[in-house]
Amino acid sequence: MNLSKFFKNAFLVMLACLVLSACATKKVQNQMQGDVYTGTDTVEYLASGVPDRVFFATNESVLTTASRDTLRKQAEWLRKNSKVNVVLEGHADERGTREYNLALGERRANAAKDYLMTYGISGNRISVISYGKERPVDSGSNPLAWSKNRRSVTVKAN
Amino acid sequence: MIKKITLLIIILILYTTKLHALIEVDITRGNLDPLPIAVSPLSADKNTNDKLKKELNINKIGNKISEVVENNLKNSGLFNPLNKDAFLQKPDIAHLKPRFEDWSLIKAQALITGKVTLSEDKLRVEFRLWDVLAAKEMMALAFTTVPSNWRRVGHIITDKVYERLTGEKGYFDTRIIYVAEEGPKTKRVKKLAIMDQDGSNTKYLTLGNELVLTPRFNPTNQMVTYLSYFRNLPRVYLLDIETGVQEVVGDFPGMTFAPRFSPDGKKIIMSFAMDGNSDIYTMDLENRIVDRITNHPSIDTSPSYSPDGKFICFNSDRSGYQQIYVMKKDGTNVKRISFGKGLYGTPVWSPRGDLIAFTKLHKGKFYIGVMRTDGSGERLLTENYYQEAPSWSPNGRVLIFYRETKTDTQGKGFSAKLWSIDLTGYNERMVKTESDASDPSWSSLLSN
Repeated sequence: MNLSKFFKNAFLVMLACLVLSACATKKVQNQMQGDVYTGTDTVEYLASGVPDRVFFATNESVLTTASRDTLRKQAEWLRKNSKVNVVLEGHADERGTREYNLALGERRANAAKDYLMTYGISGNRISVISYGKERPVDSGSNPLAWSKNRRSVTVKAN
Repeated sequence: MIKKITLLIIILILYTTKLHALIEVDITRGNLDPLPIAVSPLSADKNTNDKLKKELNINKIGNKISEVVENNLKNSGLFNPLNKDAFLQKPDIAHLKPRFEDWSLIKAQALITGKVTLSEDKLRVEFRLWDVLAAKEMMALAFTTVPSNWRRVGHIITDKVYERLTGEKGYFDTRIIYVAEEGPKTKRVKKLAIMDQDGSNTKYLTLGNELVLTPRFNPTNQMVTYLSYFRNLPRVYLLDIETGVQEVVGDFPGMTFAPRFSPDGKKIIMSFAMDGNSDIYTMDLENRIVDRITNHPSIDTSPSYSPDGKFICFNSDRSGYQQIYVMKKDGTNVKRISFGKGLYGTPVWSPRGDLIAFTKLHKGKFYIGVMRTDGSGERLLTENYYQEAPSWSPNGRVLIFYRETKTDTQGKGFSAKLWSIDLTGYNERMVKTESDASDPSWSSLLSN
């Protein structure tokens, strides 16, 4: 009885290891964590070391750890360049209805705006626009393309 | 821009029978057994043909009008127009007195005949609908109009025939406003376009300089409301398609979107997004008063009024995911009505009032479906990779929507097309457009 329990546990642990390692390899291959894009293919830079965009999970507007890191770099750069105003462009992937996606893009861009504001950037310097699913960066119909398209992009307005 | 429509309908009731028709089309079954109907070319004398050829470059106007009728009837899925090659009787003779044996020989159950004459630059079109089996005339009408309106005459004839044989109003003398699309998926150029319900007479209403989305007809006149990114400020606009005059709706400090008219055409209901939250508002077009209808930290969008104007269905993710809700017109009594598996969006109230059409996303597939207004009786009509945004025909029989294709591994092969489907789930077909197309909205009947 005890022995079989031990084997069962050992088996579960091995299974868990296998699953985790499988996930790890998948992450590298797909440039995704969960379904959030973690690659750099489409990323442009506001300045050296300051990425212009953050990515979101499907139907979500929650900022990931990586997104918050990027936005803190943007905030720091904006503090140093106090004359620059920005537009935050919120986007959704193609797997949703057009009108809902417009609202979702607006929600994502505002999540980024709120975070920049908590790091001392005045709301007056930030405007927000949602493009919904209208302006994908990747025209593919696959999970990786969709993950690149779920984004908020910080663009210099002046 | 849009030519002023000056259709004078002088309906001379030559003869109307009060007898019950022996033939009837069962519209609840879809196209399982479409009614065989013979649409005889309308007869026209030589003088009429010559003059129309010279002035409008139309050859054989009678044939042209009958082709419009035939095409409409076929596309409805309820009729099977018979091949004209099999017709034995000449159009002018048939119009006077059909030899019913000849028509029943080719299995026609109904027959349409007609005559076109031109006098004082006005086109006079008369037609008759005959019950072949009962050997009786069912209906006879005549219209007078300007010659350039000849296609509309064909649509009106179809409406009359459809109404006589199905007992319901037709939807043929109508137009579709939609978004014409071109260019790569990442940089789509979009223009407002309008066409007749059968795909003819396409006209472009904007130039494509700014992104435009979701045009919707006013059910009472020729106004349209839509979303435009003019000057990179996404706002709801109002456009008069007769005059081309457009104006922004309201003075909102952020994005307004998802507009639709109230059934009386006097209000616009839409979403306004501010600080990451979208709520539903109305604006009265006469006194410009803005009312806030929902006030909830979730996304509230895609509002649509019931035909009596007393209720509003809308899309909200207040439960965590997109679902369909119904509330009173003042925003009280909010009730969720969609409880099936998956996400629900774009609810649109049927003009008959009994159903709500929607888009559903479940396990990576998109469906167009209908449910009763309390959420019961959900019926999915069509499944595809991507399709959404149904719009009702004015008689509530047909839904038009758009469908996008999946791209290949290189991101190529994208297209967007309009499709229509009968409420029964039958007769799914592509609606031809000059370019790629999306966001269709069906007008009311232009004439009644």
